[in-house]
Amino acid sequence: MKTAWTVLRKDLRMEMRTAETVPAMVLFAVVTIVIFHFALNRDTIAGQEAAGVLVIALLFAAMLGINRLFVAEREQGGFDAFLLAPVDRTAMLIAKTAGLYLFLVVLEVITVPVFKLFLLGPGLGRTLPGLVLVLALTNVALSVIGTLVSAIAVHTRARDLIGPMIGLPLLIPALIAAARAAGPLLRSSHAPTAPPLQWVATLALYDLVFALIAFAVFDFLLEE
Amino acid sequence: MRSTTYGRGLRPLSLLTVLFVFAALSMTFFYAPLDTEQGFIQKIFYIHVPLAITSLCGFVVGGLMAIGYLRTGDRKWDMRSYVAIHMSLIFGIGGLITGSIWAKAAWGHWWVWNEPTLVSFLIVLLLFATYQPLRFSIEDPERQSRYAAVFAITCGAFVPLNFIAVRLSTQFVHPRVLTLTGSNLPAPMGWTFLVSLIAIALLFTTLCKYEMAAKNARAKVRRLRRSLLGEDLDRPYGRSAAPL
Repeated sequence: MKTAWTVLRKDLRMEMRTAETVPAMVLFAVVTIVIFHFALNRDTIAGQEAAGVLVIALLFAAMLGINRLFVAEREQGGFDAFLLAPVDRTAMLIAKTAGLYLFLVVLEVITVPVFKLFLLGPGLGRTLPGLVLVLALTNVALSVIGTLVSAIAVHTRARDLIGPMIGLPLLIPALIAAARAAGPLLRSSHAPTAPPLQWVATLALYDLVFALIAFAVFDFLLEE
Repeated sequence: MRSTTYGRGLRPLSLLTVLFVFAALSMTFFYAPLDTEQGFIQKIFYIHVPLAITSLCGFVVGGLMAIGYLRTGDRKWDMRSYVAIHMSLIFGIGGLITGSIWAKAAWGHWWVWNEPTLVSFLIVLLLFATYQPLRFSIEDPERQSRYAAVFAITCGAFVPLNFIAVRLSTQFVHPRVLTLTGSNLPAPMGWTFLVSLIAIALLFTTLCKYEMAAKNARAKVRRLRRSLLGEDLDRPYGRSAAPL
């Protein structure tokens, strides 16, 4: 745990100083929302459509973060140093997942208000807790699968291609659940305050299973 | 690598496969009754469903073989995992195409989105389609095998999960032919389906064994050529994602 915390702190400090990944993710998400405005030719959207746009904007922005996740470790020998140290390798998984999770939280804190401002028709006040729950669970899937995929992709020749290619299909079930759970919350009228339980449960189950899988296989990605 | 074991039992297995495929086709066309609603086109069911089931099982088997590789580090497990996934991809594409034809005949559309089995199958296929690009883009053979194994395990576990998630998201259109409570097909159709399933599964196994034997023979020939001609004179290998 201490190792994970150290690696996480290192990552966060690096992000604070270079501001390389998170601003790019935020900018990308905002631009995606603007593009959706033109592509759909709509001033406001609501319901399932809105949930889809939000999830896609977040997914694409997350992909940028996922691609960058291990690049510094590889380019600057972080992997070798980590492998030389007598520490548990799972710490790297925990640290990177937590780091990506925090990046996604920052991304959403900025993107969701921007989304409300630019595109979303109905107000968010009453349904915000439900939406936060859905996004919190979606972030788990994005960060766990993202870390796993990124660790696979970073050692390949075409890592910018391999990452999204493996990551997107793996994330589809989580995204189905996220979009369906968020859909009713963004309706313009009769929006429930809680997301549909069925989808929240699916999302949570998916998170849990992939956390276990990642935990089981991650060690093999760091061997040298 | 013990190469001699690969060819063993291949001939009886091939004969058995031919027998079962022949039996399955005969039963499909002469024994199974015509479906009252769909008529002749329903017979594609005896190819489509076994293809799909076999390829899904093949993906999961590929994942299990990959566990074997990570546990033992023996290249032959990697080879098995690779061949199972490779063959499942081919069978899966076959299943998708026959499914599409059936959908067109039965429901009037080539593709039906509110059909969970079809959609989840497509997602699984899209995912496993990245298996070979992944292998291609890792140079180091040992790392290639290890990463491919991690991919195979993750995606093998993904197959059932994905089916649950997609099934939840849509209503059922697909005929629920096989349920947990048993088959609700009439007996002749049930038998035909069973024989077809066995035939396709045998075909899968046979083709996998042939592929492994061929890959192994090729590696052996290459080793011999190298020892006879020397490293430099031997032609370079064509690019392949397969383990050697």
